[in-house]
Amino acid sequence: MGIGAPVVSLAGVSKRYANGTLAVRGVDMAIGQGDFVSLLGPSGCGKSTVLRMMAGLIPPSAGRIEMAAGGHASGDVGFVFQEPTLAPWSNALKNVMLPLRLAGVARSEAEARAAAALASVGLAGFEKSYPRALSGGMKMRVSIARALVTKPRLLLMDEPFAALDEITRHKLNNDLLTLWEAERFTAIFVTHSVFESVYLSRRIVVMAARPGRVVEDLSVDAPYPRGEVFRTSAAYAAHCRDISAALTRAMGE
Amino acid sequence: MSVVLSSNEAATAVEEHAERKVLGLTPDAWLRILMPTLIGFLALAAWEWAVQAKGIPNYILPGPIEIGRTLLADWGTLSGSLLITLQITFAALFVAALLGLALAVLFAQSRIIELSLFPYAVILQVTPIVAIAPLIFIWVDDIRIALLICAWIVAFFPILSNTTLGLNSADHNLVDLFRLYRANRWQVLRYLRLPTAMPYFLAGLRISGGLALIGAIVAEFVAGTGGRASGLAYRILEAGYQLKIPRMFASLVLISVTGIAIFLALSLISHLALRHWHESAMKERK
Repeated sequence: MGIGAPVVSLAGVSKRYANGTLAVRGVDMAIGQGDFVSLLGPSGCGKSTVLRMMAGLIPPSAGRIEMAAGGHASGDVGFVFQEPTLAPWSNALKNVMLPLRLAGVARSEAEARAAAALASVGLAGFEKSYPRALSGGMKMRVSIARALVTKPRLLLMDEPFAALDEITRHKLNNDLLTLWEAERFTAIFVTHSVFESVYLSRRIVVMAARPGRVVEDLSVDAPYPRGEVFRTSAAYAAHCRDISAALTRAMGE
Repeated sequence: MSVVLSSNEAATAVEEHAERKVLGLTPDAWLRILMPTLIGFLALAAWEWAVQAKGIPNYILPGPIEIGRTLLADWGTLSGSLLITLQITFAALFVAALLGLALAVLFAQSRIIELSLFPYAVILQVTPIVAIAPLIFIWVDDIRIALLICAWIVAFFPILSNTTLGLNSADHNLVDLFRLYRANRWQVLRYLRLPTAMPYFLAGLRISGGLALIGAIVAEFVAGTGGRASGLAYRILEAGYQLKIPRMFASLVLISVTGIAIFLALSLISHLALRHWHESAMKERK
């Protein structure tokens, strides 16, 4: 499983918000095609800001962000927010259809693709359910299906499982890895959980706060598929210890 | 390996519990209907008793039975007036809903337009209709159009302000999502802002329904007994001059019933439109 040419690269990227806060300073980073990268750091380290800049939702104040060809076309980037962010007035199927409808895909084709995307996240049979009738984990699954329905090259996730209970989070972590292995998108995952980042990623970028910046860039060289065996292995524990230490150094600086 | 939903996750999903029902309604709904009905019946009985026992003459205070009798006897005249009041009320409500919605959409598209026009909508709202109505009756020849304008002025503002608020209340993450997918202005309006504004609009409509009726009645009072209009307010004025107090009460009953009916109808529309998703249309979870 090789990592290809950069799908997104940042060079000297800084972000200063209108109120004067310097959220991110001088970030250099290249994310290879097919990689699974976690941005790990304490709150206020600018990891969400970096993610939003990659999505093109906010412009950088300085530096360059380059996307691989086709990069910022509609549907080439998927985004999963911390909250499920579903339209409460639409059922699960219509929510997942939204990106396709916005891109002008015909209704019948959009329906078929959205149904397939829902089935791929384990929600076959819930097409007609409204968000309020779904559990927190199921809502997040709909949100992931919506992000994947356009077959994006890059999937950006902003602490998507932070509000879920631990059992559900473990299950969704496993399912996310299954989807990643099956669909070969590039994943960038923002989290503040050391354990989650080690379990999921091939590469962990540790960030520090005030101002937000990259302090360490580490790789997790455990093979996929990863499962409960990996979660209880000595290698996993060792990685968690290393990353925790890096995070402590980042916060102590 | 494929992705399958765990039972733990599915178990926490909200389930609609089937409640015990009596003749199609839950016991709670029956209580909600029966208790006010009982109180109303007791009050009417006490009223009738007081009128009979004290021998109060009809031209001071008629009893409920006499009012009911008048309502039936004068139904020919009263139903015609009711129809006219209803026409004005619904026409005003319709125009208010249409213009309120259209103007709110315009406000949502441009902050400059909103900032420049909203104060005038407020001025229109805070100026008492009784004070403007005589002017409108001077300027507008057709009395029905004049009544319609008065009722519209009263009914217009809640729809405008509520819908404007609703259109600007879209979830900011959803707004970001629409930007991510390069949605154009029309798509954002159609798929995001209008659905978000729906509960706000309907709440405004419910307030405006009652206000349109009040506006129509007040305007009729101002128009007076010129003899050109003959809505329910005109009947009240007329009956007052002729000391036909039971007929005044009968007209009053019709106005109240109309107001209640409008409120219930708009509540039903609101419930039907929102029942799948909005908290306001949900039953309380116990």
